[in-house]
Amino acid sequence: MSDLLKATGLTKHYEVKKGLFGDPDIVKALNGVSFSLEPGKTLAVVGESGCGKSTLARLVTMIEEPTDGELIIDGRPAKPGDKHMRQTIQIVFQNPYGSLNPRQKIGTILEEPLKINLPDDAKTRRRKAEEMMERVGLRPEHYDRYPHMFSGGQRQRIAIARALMLNPKILVLDEPVSALDLSIQAQVLNLLIDLQQEFGLAYMFISHDLSVVKHIADDVMVMYLGRAIEKGSGDKAFGDPRHPYTQALMSATPIADPNQRRQRVKLEGELPSPLNIPSGCAFHPRCPIAEPFCSQEKPELREVEGRLVSCHLA
Amino acid sequence: MSLLEIKNLSVTFDTASGPFRAVDGVDVSVDSREILSIVGESGSGKSVSMLALMGLLPDTATVTADVMRFDGQDLLTMSKRAKRTVIGREIAMIFQEPMSSLNPCFTVEFQISEMLRKHTDLDRSARRKRAIELMEAVGIPSPEKRLGTFPHQLSGGMSQRVMIAMATSCRPKLLIADEPTTALDVTIQAQILDLLKDLCAENNMALVLITHDMGVVAQMADRVQVQYAGQKVEEQDVNPLFADPHHPYTAALLSALPERATARGHLPSIRGVVPGQFDRPPGCLFEPRCSFSVDSCRRGAERQGPDLGYALCNRPLINGVPADEKVEA
Repeated sequence: MSDLLKATGLTKHYEVKKGLFGDPDIVKALNGVSFSLEPGKTLAVVGESGCGKSTLARLVTMIEEPTDGELIIDGRPAKPGDKHMRQTIQIVFQNPYGSLNPRQKIGTILEEPLKINLPDDAKTRRRKAEEMMERVGLRPEHYDRYPHMFSGGQRQRIAIARALMLNPKILVLDEPVSALDLSIQAQVLNLLIDLQQEFGLAYMFISHDLSVVKHIADDVMVMYLGRAIEKGSGDKAFGDPRHPYTQALMSATPIADPNQRRQRVKLEGELPSPLNIPSGCAFHPRCPIAEPFCSQEKPELREVEGRLVSCHLA
Repeated sequence: MSLLEIKNLSVTFDTASGPFRAVDGVDVSVDSREILSIVGESGSGKSVSMLALMGLLPDTATVTADVMRFDGQDLLTMSKRAKRTVIGREIAMIFQEPMSSLNPCFTVEFQISEMLRKHTDLDRSARRKRAIELMEAVGIPSPEKRLGTFPHQLSGGMSQRVMIAMATSCRPKLLIADEPTTALDVTIQAQILDLLKDLCAENNMALVLITHDMGVVAQMADRVQVQYAGQKVEEQDVNPLFADPHHPYTAALLSALPERATARGHLPSIRGVVPGQFDRPPGCLFEPRCSFSVDSCRRGAERQGPDLGYALCNRPLINGVPADEKVEA
């Protein structure tokens, strides 16, 4: 199957000014990440804050340009100015309270992408907006309402509808359900599953909630300090994680079953700053099984039992 | 006798659009050394009920209760001055956003020893020594060096540790933790939860853990109280609650967890949303979303006994089936 999106060695470095005369520091937010998306499939990107998940989302949606690396969408290299390309890839943000303009009516919000990108007249736009509202479970009378009149779950539906207005092939979901209550979270996840089947969308699902990821993902990419450290199918990565960080992440997630208290892989300390990434394997200062040579040699992604792992000892 | 006993607590806010009852007749009781978890979605009144206990609500709130007793002292009749020796010293609280609950203008040392200055008669050097001890106890590396740091120099996990150090500085008998790990990453969350559990065991402290995360509840709690739209709908020990929830809301909440889903595909979801200020149903508050509701539910809900988890429901579930259906069968 041909890949809808192929990223090779995506890298993003930010410069941080340090005083008037000092050399700027470099924040290495993303260091050579490669992956691909297929139609109808979900790739989950998992990691703690500061691991580069959201930077990745900004690069993939062409909000920012990568410092290095290649991004091919639908067979063509991505250029930020390319209108056609923007139509194939859309994004839903985490916080539905911040991502909708409070001064626009729902109808205006949904029609805006059409107005900018397509030659549709007002009537067609309205029809398309109403169809999409019905599709995501909003009622027609919501067309003339403002975002503040909606609950969090409904706002996230509006955000999803807006992202789908241009019939994209890829949807980047940046923590789409983490701001929602549990009972609403299930509704929105169900909607996402339905839409994926109906439109054959490829999802890039960014989340830190492993139980949600486990439910929705086909493939999983675990990130640590701007690098992919384990990549493979959902069953493999969750059933039998190989990288010690993935193992720790899994075991740190509380299970909703009081009888099942799992043996924890304890992690000491906190995520180092991306300004100053440790030498060798970036995980070695916190790693429970690190050997002395881990601090010198950088592990490359290599195949271990059907998935890619970047660890000398896996 | 329980350490904390609250009966029929109600909190009403005066809003521009009329009174809004955020907490509606809630009972809370905590035994010493017990971990009680209060679970609910946003708007369930779980934080407000504890803020009411601490006296931290704004003037627009009216708090009423039949009984509010802590360690044999009646908090309702107590003078404000006397209350201040209990709140903060005997009952301490930590909050969700550790970054914003610390004062950005003062050093960590100042903020930890402020508690000690108010509530103990330790002198300056003794306070400093105790602050270092506390920071060690909550797992802050090289505490002597960290004393002079300001909150913005600390990460989220470290700030929450400082908050915990402050809260436990006077060896409280009860700690209230309001979503202590929601803003933190999972690996840090695991560290903080372990720390809270250890502190409870070491200091003979009871803990009220307010959360919306069922995983955290399962891992931490001895007893669980489920709240919905300001009411307590169920209360059980943690094992029976997860094994056999009696209120339909608890049951629906548990089955909506992605990790409990048997296969990929659709999750069982609860239709509709939590009722707001203006669309409160007249009878049982969960009735419009409940899949077991009958006509009598529109008039009100009955409180069941302890064997049915004090469920506020006319048709409490036993092993997932309403109790009255079982009788017929």
